[in-house]
Amino acid sequence: MAAVRCYPVAAMTPPRTIVQKIWDDHVVTQEPGAPAVLAVDLHLVHEVTSPQAFTGLRARGLRVRRPGQTVATADHSIPTHDRSLPILDSMAAAQVQQLEQNCAEFGIPLHGIGSPNQGIVHVIGPQLGLTQPGMTIVCGDSHTSTHGAFGALAFGIGTSEVEMVLATQTLLQRDPRTYEVRVDGRLEPGVSSKDIILALIARIGVGGGTGHVFEYRGEAIRALSMEQRMTICNMSIEGGARAGLIAPDDTTFEYVQGRPHAPSGAAWDAAVERWRRLPSDDGAAFDKAITIDANALEPMVTYGTNPGMGIPITSRVPSPDEQPDASQRRALERALEYMDLQPGQAILGQKVDVVFIGSCTNGRISDLRLAAEALKGRRIADGVKLMVTPGSDEVKREAEREGIAEIFKAAGADWRESGCSMCIAMNGDQLQPGQYAVSTSNRNFEGRQGKGGRTFLASPLTAAASAVSGVVSDPRALPGIESLAAVGGR
Amino acid sequence: MAEPFTTFTSKVIPLPAENVDTDQVVPARYLKVTDKAGLAEALFRDWRFNEDGSLKEPRFILDQPEMAGREILLAGDNFGAGSSREHAPWALTAWGIRAILSTSFADIFRSNSLKNGLLPIAVEAERHRQLFDLVRDRPDAELTVDLDAQVVHLPGDEDLPFEVDPFAKQMLLAGTDELGYLLGKDVEIAAWEAAHPARIDTLARA
Repeated sequence: MAAVRCYPVAAMTPPRTIVQKIWDDHVVTQEPGAPAVLAVDLHLVHEVTSPQAFTGLRARGLRVRRPGQTVATADHSIPTHDRSLPILDSMAAAQVQQLEQNCAEFGIPLHGIGSPNQGIVHVIGPQLGLTQPGMTIVCGDSHTSTHGAFGALAFGIGTSEVEMVLATQTLLQRDPRTYEVRVDGRLEPGVSSKDIILALIARIGVGGGTGHVFEYRGEAIRALSMEQRMTICNMSIEGGARAGLIAPDDTTFEYVQGRPHAPSGAAWDAAVERWRRLPSDDGAAFDKAITIDANALEPMVTYGTNPGMGIPITSRVPSPDEQPDASQRRALERALEYMDLQPGQAILGQKVDVVFIGSCTNGRISDLRLAAEALKGRRIADGVKLMVTPGSDEVKREAEREGIAEIFKAAGADWRESGCSMCIAMNGDQLQPGQYAVSTSNRNFEGRQGKGGRTFLASPLTAAASAVSGVVSDPRALPGIESLAAVGGR
Repeated sequence: MAEPFTTFTSKVIPLPAENVDTDQVVPARYLKVTDKAGLAEALFRDWRFNEDGSLKEPRFILDQPEMAGREILLAGDNFGAGSSREHAPWALTAWGIRAILSTSFADIFRSNSLKNGLLPIAVEAERHRQLFDLVRDRPDAELTVDLDAQVVHLPGDEDLPFEVDPFAKQMLLAGTDELGYLLGKDVEIAAWEAAHPARIDTLARA
């Protein structure tokens, strides 16, 4: 960090980061020694982490304080095959039904199965224009950090906190420390925002951001589309940071404008004026900082059992002997045993059984456009299963309108309905024990995508390239890769 | 609402794995429950059981007979990473765990634990290693967790002090919960809402 920070002596307040500005805007009250009571602008609810919270409300005779700042969807445990069929898993069916009952009883709008706005909770918030700069946004889901891409302070909470927000539209929070993640330079063709975040987590580890909020800055971040920014913020939690955000700019405003819940007319102008004051002030101090050179980044892939175990795709699997201490040696040995990989082996060329494209990390239309462009006119390798699950019903319709769905199908992919699907493998979409997957999702934990399943996390381009060859493949070898980077759109 | 957190003494369950994520603590397929009951059987499920439902051999640490009834988990670095599922502390407390010692805890897991009468105790790396050494050399060593004094009493009359959020400490000791506190701020919340119109209306026809 710079040693000297200058700001006008006459300034009323010292320079603040965007996190501090949003924080200051939302503190309702704070008693000495206690955490702040923080107002919540938007509360997203889904079927898996909310039932016990509604039970708690009933037990205390409480109502939902602000149903108009709350919205629900079913995404985690729902099937992604034919939606006209009943849910076969009786527990999942009961959970979805309970969400419907809870929303009806407490007056919460629900975009459930059958609604045109159904989708993964972190896809539909931005899609509907509910996610806006400067907001506080929470959800009983750790990937709530996704919404930070809009310059919102957005973070995952537990079910006890879901109950608190339902009842009071506030939370008790300690002000977070800040962590500047500066990404300078420009990404090479074939390298995407997924590779930036995997590279960051590989450097700092899965606990590196604990207690902090990331602010992603720098030329390479500014150059990203909103959906690419969402991919980065989405995985902040995998670096240990409960939230990660990017200051809003014209890219942000252009994305938000015209969406169903976005302000319009004079209210839009007033909102943009307010949002333009959000970026961190010059000279604002961060508690921690790191710089990444985008020019030097390669496509990244994970080899182990947490998202920090990632390497550039042309690198070799690290060796336990090279680890600095016994604990890390043991951890790597265990991970390689689970993955059935050898120290020092190349990751390129590793056999793949399943390729999964989707999730709140990489299930948006621009992700699908990129993967489809890479698959156009090609067939997936024999013996490989390619699952594509759009992030929302609207993403699915858009992909069908644009002809992307046809490209996937012609390539041999299984084109599915929207949902969390094989990212969390709660709904029957899962790996078989021992299978290898290249996945555009966010977690490669043991069993995450099915008991005994083995996950390589990577970008949509890497996933598509690997589906074609049947082995982990470098997307930079795809013909026409230079022009692919421009395909994603806003 | 949790019971008041009282001083207790227990032997220790050592779990030296690093970065234990909440998918390991409770696999996702157990998240389809709509209550908090029965989660003890889901605890570390895939580390404990074979496909056919039999216990793995050698047994996972929790299932070793001498570990029965122990209330302190000594875990590797950065415990509780990943998913926000509160099912993780629900399952741990259902098993009987009341305190976890590690060098650090993931933010959401720590927050969730404190709301469920489960005390995460962060100790610095050197002391953490010494604790593992202690439990290796004396598997039946007993520790006493005294939240009020913010110390863990070790055998040989040694005290290991620890930090805890003062507000969380007060809540744990009293067995009260944060929702009760927030409900008591209704006047302040109403005043704030009156001064800050909602930025969105999810009920409006989009």
